Amino acid sequence: METFLKLLIIGLTVGSIYALIALGYTMVYGIVKLINFAHGDFLMLGAYAGFFVLSHMGVNLGSTLLAFAVAMVLCAILGVIIEKICYKPLRKAPRLNALITAIGVSMLLENGSKTLPFIGPNPRSYPQLNDQTLYLFKVLSDGILKATGFYIAPVQLLVLVVALALMLILNYVVNYTRVGKAMRAVSFDMDAASLMGIHIDTIISITFAIGAALGAAAGILYAVSFPQINPYMGIMPGLKAFIAAVLGGIGIIPGAMIGGVVIGVVESFTKGYISSLWADGIVFAILIIILMARPGGILGKVTREKV
Amino acid sequence: MNKQTKSKLLHAFWVQTIFIVVVYSVLSVLIGTGIFSKYTASILTTSSIYVIVALGLNLMTGMTGQLVLGHAGFMSIGAYGTAILLKAGLPMLLSMLLSASLAGLVGLLIGIPTLRLRGDYLAIVTLGFGEIIRVVIMNLEKLTGGAAGLMNIPGLSIKTASTEINTLLTFLWVSIFMILSILAVVHLLISSHGRAILSVRDDEIASEAMGINIFYTKLYVFVFSTFLAGIAGGLFATHYRYLNPDMFNYLKSVDFLIIVVFGGMGSITGTVAASFVLTILQEQLRFMKDYRLVIYPILLIMMMIFRPQGMLGTKELRLTRVFSRKWWRKNLARLKKGGRGNASA
Repeated sequence: METFLKLLIIGLTVGSIYALIALGYTMVYGIVKLINFAHGDFLMLGAYAGFFVLSHMGVNLGSTLLAFAVAMVLCAILGVIIEKICYKPLRKAPRLNALITAIGVSMLLENGSKTLPFIGPNPRSYPQLNDQTLYLFKVLSDGILKATGFYIAPVQLLVLVVALALMLILNYVVNYTRVGKAMRAVSFDMDAASLMGIHIDTIISITFAIGAALGAAAGILYAVSFPQINPYMGIMPGLKAFIAAVLGGIGIIPGAMIGGVVIGVVESFTKGYISSLWADGIVFAILIIILMARPGGILGKVTREKV
Repeated sequence: MNKQTKSKLLHAFWVQTIFIVVVYSVLSVLIGTGIFSKYTASILTTSSIYVIVALGLNLMTGMTGQLVLGHAGFMSIGAYGTAILLKAGLPMLLSMLLSASLAGLVGLLIGIPTLRLRGDYLAIVTLGFGEIIRVVIMNLEKLTGGAAGLMNIPGLSIKTASTEINTLLTFLWVSIFMILSILAVVHLLISSHGRAILSVRDDEIASEAMGINIFYTKLYVFVFSTFLAGIAGGLFATHYRYLNPDMFNYLKSVDFLIIVVFGGMGSITGTVAASFVLTILQEQLRFMKDYRLVIYPILLIMMMIFRPQGMLGTKELRLTRVFSRKWWRKNLARLKKGGRGNASA
């Protein structure tokens, strides 16, 4: 039972990180029908942005908050630039071309950061958040330990709380603001939305910006939980988050959250009970099974193809 | 077949045969005498191996219009299969054919459920399968050596001969398979099956209405394509004599996709040219260190934005055009006039 709960907690933390990345995939797919292969790399860029802030200013509460802010804003800007330069010219092109471009962008971000002198090819260890920074979570962790006798590390609590908070904010933005309404309209029918006076390009840019910002935040959370970063760190979490998005039903925002958590938990149980070597294989097997059995995902509607 | 087409075909056949014989005789002399170093010969051999995989991928992605991202996985099945069978003492050709058939069989088993998926989903699922194959190879430590890899794979060599001759032997062995695969792909495409393949790419619904079984077409192309990847894998194993699972990761599959996209999705000669040019370029740009890794994706993105059909698109380079009397007459006349001769038009 002890191991089970421990693995469950690990699964939930990793899963909520996957969920944050999956949100970016799902939102972009919902609007422009593009699998943004480069999305996983925002995780890497966000982690590096946070790394520079934390290593220059030292680790304390202020610098941690600043790290999140800087990473999210930088990645949002970069996301919009990439969308404008690489994806916008291809919006009317066959989807194959857009997909290949996305693969190209992904390689560019990875190999590009590898060549940048301040990032470089070598892995680096991430600054650890100390108890002082995580004071609030430390108290919470102690409280849980006293009440239930079960220990959850403060870092894990941080990940869970930040991820949950970001998801709630996103939920609010999408469902209760004008921008969110416009996003839903564009994803429902781009031409009709355009006729109703919605500026489609702006909405697409905002979607990319939000997705990239969530990816960046996920990057810092990922790097804090697994404190080593390198230019290729985004590939695997990115692919798994994509699987999470498909699992939940691509294009559906709550689906991405559920999918992320499911993937995280499955992965953690595989690592704990079977072997850590098989974890990646099993996650991909889930993707294949879900696409065979229920291509729409858990929350997706079953659509029949009409000819 | 009337007399004119017959003579045209005969002309094409002789032009191509003579061209291949001349090119390969020159290369053989250069490699056999050591003018081309072992390193250069190795690059040429690798390029030829990549031609085979990229042709298979182009058949699937360019001709049938299905984006597949897992060919490195199928290549690894061929490579590991060949290596293991060779170590068990089987003859080379047999072990290559057996393991390529295994790759094709796995392709069949994977293709039946996945080829019903469209576009981007197919890409992700095949990517996933490529990774699963890699994970399986990683975990079958007794058979494959796990993450440490498989060493001392017997290659193609004669004990008494010099290194140059052995290098040449490997090169020619690989080239034979390359030429055979090109011929196979060309003949598939000019058959009625080839017409069906192209029509599936152009419009699935229309070709279904014309009585083409889309799923069956995609499936046999996929199986053939994975078989070619398996053959290439076998050649790869005997050429490098060392294998490890990381040689066949997802980035390798992307490399093949880049070759196909650069050469032109749907062009056989484009794929052949791109395989050689890109592989040689990759070696020549080594002095740029990591920067060369940036040039590729930038070219890929620019290509997709400005020339999405690739260098050649669906066109082919034709030797017969260059080696015909008409072509010479036309261009010489133009040159004499002083006008700028447009060679390819």
